[in-house]
Amino acid sequence: DDKLLTEPLRHPDFFNVKELFTLKDLFDARVHLGHKKGCRHRFMEPYIFGCRLDQDIIDLDQTMQHLQLALNFTAHVAYRGGIILFVSRKRQFCHLVESTARACGEYAHTRYWQGGLLTNAHIQFGPGVRLPDLLIFLSTLNNVFEPHVAIRDAAKMNIPTVGVVDTNCNPCLISYPIPGNDDSPAAVELYCKLFRMTIIRAKDKRRHSEAMEELR
Amino acid sequence: TLRLICTTTTAVQKKNVGASGPEKYTEAFIKKQIEEFNLGKRHLANMMGEDPETFTQEDIDRAIAYLFPSGLFDEQARPVMKHPNEVFPEQRKIQWGEDGRPFNFLFYTGKQSYYSLMHETYEKLLNVQKHQDQLIAQDLPLQKEKRNLAGSRWLTKIELEEMLLEKVSDDDYSRFIQLLQKLVALPCADIEEKYIQKFSKEVPVQLQKVVIEPLQYDERGVAFSTGEGKRKTARATAVVYDNGTGKITVNGIDILHYFPVLQDREQLLFPFQFLGRIGKHDTVCTVSGGGRSAQAGAMRLATAKALRSFVTEKEVEFMRQAGLLTVDPRVKERKKPGQEGPRRKFTWKKR
Repeated sequence: DDKLLTEPLRHPDFFNVKELFTLKDLFDARVHLGHKKGCRHRFMEPYIFGCRLDQDIIDLDQTMQHLQLALNFTAHVAYRGGIILFVSRKRQFCHLVESTARACGEYAHTRYWQGGLLTNAHIQFGPGVRLPDLLIFLSTLNNVFEPHVAIRDAAKMNIPTVGVVDTNCNPCLISYPIPGNDDSPAAVELYCKLFRMTIIRAKDKRRHSEAMEELR
Repeated sequence: TLRLICTTTTAVQKKNVGASGPEKYTEAFIKKQIEEFNLGKRHLANMMGEDPETFTQEDIDRAIAYLFPSGLFDEQARPVMKHPNEVFPEQRKIQWGEDGRPFNFLFYTGKQSYYSLMHETYEKLLNVQKHQDQLIAQDLPLQKEKRNLAGSRWLTKIELEEMLLEKVSDDDYSRFIQLLQKLVALPCADIEEKYIQKFSKEVPVQLQKVVIEPLQYDERGVAFSTGEGKRKTARATAVVYDNGTGKITVNGIDILHYFPVLQDREQLLFPFQFLGRIGKHDTVCTVSGGGRSAQAGAMRLATAKALRSFVTEKEVEFMRQAGLLTVDPRVKERKKPGQEGPRRKFTWKKR
């Protein structure tokens, strides 16, 4: 059992997430498109490649690195049987995100976030609830263009976060930010596909390893 | 676990009404209650000297009413022995498995059944739109059979709460109904007919047309019909015979002797005068209760109702508009405390 858990940590890319996406895929899905110069958040400046006709372009090389780290982390969490919660407050993609979560066997929250969900969980849900072990934000802003409350709550409850940060978002409290577009349907579908594939791959690998252990 | 930053003891836990809060009755507790109920049923059957195997709920009710006679007015306050499933309200069991992972994928939203319902309904909507797009691509005509919306209504909020086993707020309920209406408005919504029927209920069409009774014939072959009327506390029944001379008998007494006052006799004759059939019908009435004027009014209503069977529908409508067929709702108003009568106040004295 110990070997099962420590073996993946020895390799930098145990689940080989690099092969799931290429720079061309990200470009075709319009991940590099940011918002206008006026919406730019100060902390996103390191991730921006440049500005063309007032529209910010996100540096896809950095996005590749961040995406690889984030996918690797989610794969490790899924391998260890952690609870993953997909959060997005974009109404367009609510259904897509929920279906992705259902397909992975994980959980989603694309509705109105009640204040004490994470911080007051034992009273809201009942004693003995298990909180999520990872929060994945497909969009870090809520419907009023303010940072989602879940980022702050997850930081309070020591829950790691992975989030797609656009040029108008604050990447501060997110553990694994992924600078990229969160408004185009193509980009969001690509992210959902990638997360789904990593989680399913990680879970399959876990089952495979357990079966191998039992055979011995 | 290491992450429990804000813990509270069970004593401090407040019941969060409407949320999937802590279970009020554990499964083990309810199982024990069911066992105790079955044992008690057998004991009761033994006590009453009946067969424990064939002891039904009605027998239990009768036995309890016999052994614990209660003079309490409220039926729900009397002793009752029912199956625990009827006594304890239906509630949801623990939402997560042994490893802590919740069963429903929308558990962390708080209102899992409501949101999963919305998710499902939206999926049906997308399905219908996709089907529509396919039909348009193949240039086929879209179905235009209109659903009969008049005879059905959507589920009420309380019914939805019962279905989902959790509280639903007014906003959420209206949003759900709007989504359903949007789904129904699409032309190809017939595909998801079965799903929509789960949330619609038939409304029984209320037929309030008053049935006019047909003429009856007595032994001599004379047509007659009956009518009932009331006014204040008086109740009257009238039997109107055809081919008559215009005689009216009340409680076996002729109206000239029963009603000395002209006004009451005028009231009785009004229906006949209105229809122009004064000398053509015989009437036999029975009347009780009330005073002189009230009895007259009750008999007028009774004769008018009886005459409906002799007359065309148009004339019935005329009678209704004249006010001959309406029950007079005026009754004596009660006296109020602090006043001398229903409206009269006590004499005001300046000092």
